[in-house]
Order: sequence, then structure tokens, then C-alpha cells
Amino acid sequence: MALDPGKDDGGIALGQAESRYAPVMRFGADAPLLLDCGVNLAPLDIAYQTYGTLNAQRSNAILICHALTLDQYVTGIHPLTGRTGWWNIMVGPGKPLDTDRYFIICANVIGGCIGSTGPTSINPATGRPYGLSFPVITIGDMVNAQAKLVEALGIEQLFCVIGGSMGGMQVLQWAYDYPEKVFSAVPIATAALHSAQNIAFHEVGRQAIMADPDWRGGDYLNQDTRPEKGLAVARMAAHITYLSEAALHEKFGRNLQDREKIGFGFDADFQVESYLRHQGSTFVERFDANSYLYLTRAMDYFDLAAESGGVLAEAFRGAKTRFCVISFTSDWLFPTSESREIVQALNAAAANVSFVEIESQKGHDAFLLDEPELFATLRGFLNAAADKRGLKHVG
Amino acid sequence: MSADPARQNGGRVDLQLIASMIEPGSRVLDVGSGDGELLRLLNATREVDCRGIEISQKGVNAGVAQGLSVVQGDADKDLVNYPTKGFDYVILSQTLQATRAPQKVVRELVRIGRRAIISFPNFAHWRVRARILFTGQMPVTPTLPFQWYETPNIHLCSIDDFVNMTKGMGVTIEKFIALDWHGKVSMTNNTPALANLLAAQALFLLRED
Repeated sequence: MALDPGKDDGGIALGQAESRYAPVMRFGADAPLLLDCGVNLAPLDIAYQTYGTLNAQRSNAILICHALTLDQYVTGIHPLTGRTGWWNIMVGPGKPLDTDRYFIICANVIGGCIGSTGPTSINPATGRPYGLSFPVITIGDMVNAQAKLVEALGIEQLFCVIGGSMGGMQVLQWAYDYPEKVFSAVPIATAALHSAQNIAFHEVGRQAIMADPDWRGGDYLNQDTRPEKGLAVARMAAHITYLSEAALHEKFGRNLQDREKIGFGFDADFQVESYLRHQGSTFVERFDANSYLYLTRAMDYFDLAAESGGVLAEAFRGAKTRFCVISFTSDWLFPTSESREIVQALNAAAANVSFVEIESQKGHDAFLLDEPELFATLRGFLNAAADKRGLKHVG
Repeated sequence: MSADPARQNGGRVDLQLIASMIEPGSRVLDVGSGDGELLRLLNATREVDCRGIEISQKGVNAGVAQGLSVVQGDADKDLVNYPTKGFDYVILSQTLQATRAPQKVVRELVRIGRRAIISFPNFAHWRVRARILFTGQMPVTPTLPFQWYETPNIHLCSIDDFVNMTKGMGVTIEKFIALDWHGKVSMTNNTPALANLLAAQALFLLRED
């Protein structure tokens, strides 16, 4: 039985919730999600998109795990922004994540703000938006929620779980928590733990949000305000970490914005300032400030080896999943050294692993951009994995 | 110079020999997998689970794009990360002479693998000797195609040298194969005396005692 997206099957425990971000899978009060913090979360909505067709053996499903501020709209038109999906270059007919061959799933993470349960959702206990009464979630919680969705879609084993940055953390968590459900895994531009420097950057962002008087202790949705200034500053600071010195220099240098000479003031004299302000102001139109707090926190708490006494190799012991770890030379947020630690741990577990470091000037965001070597790597890895999985070639 | 005499039917003879030594169903690690020729051969001809380590990122990326399981790594530095007896075979083909610490590398190979297969060019082949003797210059041959100032081969050795090194290491040479200048198997015995003069390449199957 294939679940028809958008069709309400009438069940209470499991069904489709109405939403502008349909389809949304709803798990009711009798199917709560036990979070790492000890709270049972219910009801639980998971908004998701699928592309391509699930084959009869249900063996061709690829789960894409999205990064911090992205969402389930990997391709097609985003209903909120009206823009093309964030991985449109990667997902579609004939593309590396070939929708003629694979069934692609991407779900908004819990704690997010594009249809899945998060701080903007209604708290059933109060009838008002959760705000800060939303429980603190982890990468593990996100993955457990996705696992419920995958199970509800009738998929026993995912052919591949793939994602970059925070998505890569979820990929690693999937391989750790559900090794038998993950045939292959592609963690991109990520790490097995969030570094002190990255926690520090996140803290700057959170402080910017919380310092905005319109944040109202997190209760802004009930007080009809929005901490747009704080959230924009958080985005501006974070955006710098997604680029590289070389990329910023090449794109902007010290070029001035719409002026001949410096203005001896604090307007956006430089193009790079104008660019960042634009990034900040467009971001607040599509993202919730409290979601930003929760999701950055989830990343900060991520430490895959924590349950294994800090020994990452132990976390992967006996792994049968085929791994392809990918990093970029100019990524200083999740540098190659952190991917290499994942690879070393996988090697120590004698796991099947490929590791490619891609030469790029584009920084952390390179995984979202047109990087031919990334495409070639994914095609090669997925084709070989598909052969091992017995997936038919297209055409 | 005509086509590399050490290549037959489009493939390196030593690689074909190595592949033939591997039991189907094995788990194999190819150290210094280069452009992935051996991994492709193993994938095509033996039912094995094989991986590669390659020092050049270009080689790695090309390999992965072809669907091979390869990681970027350095035989001198990264073998310590691999588990003891994690593989049935660990292969080091034509790479030993480019390592910084060959004996340490060999120790790691026999630790990680139940068997280690090592092939290298024999620096005591008579043509190599003759080149030094008559021209007074470092040899440039099909198996050693580099000028001295650009060669990655920093630890060249002879068959005798290799056998001497393994003494006292607690390893057993289970098999020895010598290839002549044309890549033909010329000798296979465990007392490679004449081979040291006549063999262009040597191939050893080792195990830890």
C-alpha cells in the first residue's frame, strides 16, 4: 500500500494534517516521539516532499536530510518564497539524484518552521504557539522523527541517506541509530561533533536574536512582534561562515556600493555589507527566530561518539553501510580534518568507505552549488551502490 | 619506446597475478590504489569486497567517480587506523619503494591483513646494474620510469634486500613470484637467489607468524 500524499487516511494516530506545506504526516497522542530530553512530543507533524516513484520492492528510496535553514523543498517551487528548491541542480530526471531511478524523500526537521512540529506549532496544553515551551531537541530526535515517517511510508530500508552540514550530522546519526535501515550514507561537509568554534558562532547568533526587544522572551508570536533585527544579524554572522575569504574577496573585494567614494558614515559603503544586509532581510521573511535557536542548539549538542566513550570508531563498529564522505578544501566551518576523523573512524571499523575532498573556493556552501566534481562523485558512488543493491538502470 | 612490456592484454601482469591469488569472497584493502586499476580488476573478476587508499586526491576522486571505494590516505601515516586482521588481504603493489618507512609499512600490512601481497621493482635486475655500471647514471626503465630528480621512489630495493628486511620481523613468505623484463612469470620459489639478478619485478605473499 502506497500512501497517497495529500490524502487523509482518516486515522488519528497516523494521517495527513492540513497545511500549506502538505503533505504532512501526523502522529497523534497515541504515537508520541520520546525526545532525548525525556519529553514525549505529540502530536507530531512531519511535513515532507517526495520526488520520483517508489519501486515495487521499495528499495530505491533516498532520504535527503536538509541543513540548518533549508527545508523539504529540494526542487520545484517553494510555496513560501516562490523560488526554486535548494538542491534543484542535484535532484531531478537525469541528475545525480535521479528521480527517474530513485524515490527521493525530504522532510522538514522537527523544530523547524516549514510544516513540521516546532516552536511555531500550537502547544496542545495551552492552545497557543509553543515558543520557548517547545522542548529542546537533538539531531537524534530529528532522525527518530524521520524514521517514523519512513516507516509510515512503508519503507524498510533506505537505499541512501544523504545531506550536507546539519543534514550530514543527521546522515551520521541515521547510520548510527538505524544501521540496518541505511544501505548507503553520504555525509557532506559535516562533522561527527560540533566544534567549540561552531558552537561559539551559534551563540553569537542566538544572543543577537535574544537581544532584540521584539523577541519578548521568545513569546513574540503571542505578542504580535517579530525579532527581525536580531534574526537578520544572526543570519549575517552565520552567512560569513558559509563562505570563504577567497570567495568574498573574489565576489566583492573592497568594492563600494552605489557610490564613488567612502561615505564617512555607517551606511553600507561596501558591497559586502549590502550583500549581508540583503541576506539578513530575506532570511527573516522565511525563517522563525525561535526555530533558529532550537536548531542551532541541536547542532551544538551533536557528538556522535558521546555514547561510545568518545571513541568514534566504536560508534561505527560492525557497520555494513557503504559510506561516501565528502568535504571541500575551502570549508572552514566543517573543515576536511573533521571529515577525515569520520573516515578514520570508519576505517578503524573496517567499514566500506569512500572519501573525496573537493577543491573549491566556495567555502561551506559549496555543497549547494554547481561543483562538477561533487556531481561526478555522487553519480559514481550512487551507481555502484545501486548495482550492489540490485536497482535497475534507467532507460 | 614501444608499449610497456610489463602490460599484457591491456593490464599490468603483476595486477593480474595479484588478483589470481585472492580467494573469492575476501575483504581486500589496496594500499596505493592509484587510478583504481587493481580495484576494477578485482571487482570485475573476483567476488570481493575491496577498498583502496590512495595518496593523490585526484586519483581518489577519479576512483570514487567510477564507483570504487577509495579514501585519500598515506601508507606511512594512515595504516595505523585500520583494525588488526580487519581484511583478508592487504595489497601494496608498486608502492613500497615510494614509502618513507618501508619496514613499518610492511609491519602494518601483515597486522591489518591475514595475508599481505607486496610487489615492487627489483633494483638488482641485471639491466639496472648494467645501466649504473656502463653509463654511471641512475637507471630509467619501464618499471622505474622516472629521472632521479623527479622520482617518487625514495626507497628502492632488491629482492635480496626485501627478504633480508623481513628476517626477524616475525613474518613468513608464503609465496614468491618473479617477473622477467616482459612481465612473464620467470621464477616461483622461496629461495630467490637467481631471481635477484634476473627478475624485473617481485611479488611476495606474506603473513604474520
